[in-house]
Amino acid sequence: MSIPAPQADPKVISMDRPAKAAAEIVIRADHLDLTFETNDGPVHALRDITLDIPKGAFVSFIGPSGCGKTTFLRCIAALEQPTGGSLTVNGMTPDAARRARAYGYVFQAAGLYPWRSIGRNIALPLEIMGFSRAEQKERIARVLDLVDLGGFEKKFPWQLSGGMQQRASIARALAFDADLLLMDEPFGALDEIVRDRLNEEVLRLWARTQKTIGFVTHSIPEAVYLSTHIVVMSPRPGRITDVIESPLPAERPLDIRDTPEFIEIAHRVREGLRAGYEE
Amino acid sequence: MTEAAAVTSARAASGTRWGLPPVLAVVLALIGLWYLAVVPMNVQEVLTRAERAGVTVQPESAVARRDMGTWALVAGNPHALGESWSLDRPRLPAPHQVVAELYKSTWVEETRGRRGLVNSGSLSNRGLLHHALVTLNATLVGFLIGTGLGILLAVGIVHSRVMDMSVMPWAIVSQTIPIVALAPMIIVVLYSVGVQGLLPKAVISAYLSFFPVVVGMVKGLRSPDAMQMDLMRTYNASPGTVLAKLRLPASVPYLFASLKIAVAASLVGAIVGELPVQKGGLGARMLAGSYYGQTVQIWSALFLAAALAALLVWAISAVERRALQRMGMGA
Repeated sequence: MSIPAPQADPKVISMDRPAKAAAEIVIRADHLDLTFETNDGPVHALRDITLDIPKGAFVSFIGPSGCGKTTFLRCIAALEQPTGGSLTVNGMTPDAARRARAYGYVFQAAGLYPWRSIGRNIALPLEIMGFSRAEQKERIARVLDLVDLGGFEKKFPWQLSGGMQQRASIARALAFDADLLLMDEPFGALDEIVRDRLNEEVLRLWARTQKTIGFVTHSIPEAVYLSTHIVVMSPRPGRITDVIESPLPAERPLDIRDTPEFIEIAHRVREGLRAGYEE
Repeated sequence: MTEAAAVTSARAASGTRWGLPPVLAVVLALIGLWYLAVVPMNVQEVLTRAERAGVTVQPESAVARRDMGTWALVAGNPHALGESWSLDRPRLPAPHQVVAELYKSTWVEETRGRRGLVNSGSLSNRGLLHHALVTLNATLVGFLIGTGLGILLAVGIVHSRVMDMSVMPWAIVSQTIPIVALAPMIIVVLYSVGVQGLLPKAVISAYLSFFPVVVGMVKGLRSPDAMQMDLMRTYNASPGTVLAKLRLPASVPYLFASLKIAVAASLVGAIVGELPVQKGGLGARMLAGSYYGQTVQIWSALFLAAALAALLVWAISAVERRALQRMGMGA
């Protein structure tokens, strides 16, 4: 691993292995490789990814397209098969974790079923996982409240704005109480104003639920605003160039983005992204 | 009412207001064209009758007339064409003759006929309604078999690569064989194993109707995109669950599009199945009409079949509208 570990803090995310034994590690990637065989030869989507994510962290993956940030998230979710190295989720293989329903996944598009009302959409994972009717009802009400969609249970997706649909899809991922929430550019298709509001809501949500969150984004302000840890990635081959631990406080009003600390981290992220290109 | 629903209903209302005149215009133009076409189509017979009635026609020899073009005959004898629209056995009957025959063989037959509904308590076997019902029964049974079979095959094709590669080519080949050639074979084979009556016709109906359902349902069941399939995977959903919760609901719009084609094909199948058997049904009526040169009878059976098809397709559209509305996808 050529990149030196920045700010080696024993409790938190770090690329140097022996240091962080103290905190409970939810996701542990060790020299992870993923190569897609295509007609034009092999594509190195991920190379030598070594990363530990402690419980309760909010980790953002940022980088240009092709850097493997989404692929890495999909590996954690067992939607892709790594071709080398090791990866564990909650101490299990990703596929075992998937079968144990260890995570909720939020895709870039809300992907709500048009034939189900918002409430029924949130009930979908609950039905599949065999929750009772009464429990479904209770959970739907709770997660709708959590994402500020109380009263929209009976509406159909087309009656909601894009931002509201994405909130409903987050509620769907929260409904079955997985400790891990994986979000793949969930607000990428939304406009800046809606995105700001949703970012605030996600932070509140994270504070209230104490979940571990993996968050893929290509927006530097979003990554810096949300995360406890920012993983900067670069393409060809997809790899980690920097891991930044955010010194920002847990309480983050939107105007924290104008503080010198915020700007400094954003600058460092930008530097990391540039370094990835120049190599 | 939500805003969107209000807009939709307003659009629907304006559709009926402005939609009617052009529709009527097209229908009137078609009827006009038909009346016009009746003249050259029937000109030989009309001139022969006119000649017998003592009218001078050009040319006078029937043999010479036979070799002439119809338009030339029409142009040469404008004074002798009066009977064009009232022949007993016209080559092409006029629309009003067909309507009169429809009226006679339905309403008049049932109310006044010795074997009609009023006098005998059951539909007359000489009336069109009885035959329409016979055809409708076979159509509906065939449609149900075909739809069920089509859905089952589609589910199999989507879930099994072996079935995808083995069933689909045969399904396509099956539709390239002319049904008119195959129908008698089906009837003969089924008769030899003791199956007759409604079922052979239903089998022919099903043979025609399963195909659009297979094609539509395979497309519909595969319509969920990769993200929706991934979502199901994150829930660790079994293939059966994916089918029930995602693939089947997603395929509903495709299914209804297929059903409309399938029900019309079913009707054609039932009619074709009735041709060789001659035991009632609109198909039997059409063939009997052609044996005895009763073109008016053929055309009235044709029109009733068309009306039946329109009714069936309309019924499916009505179910579709309600189903999609209940699924929140009505527009």
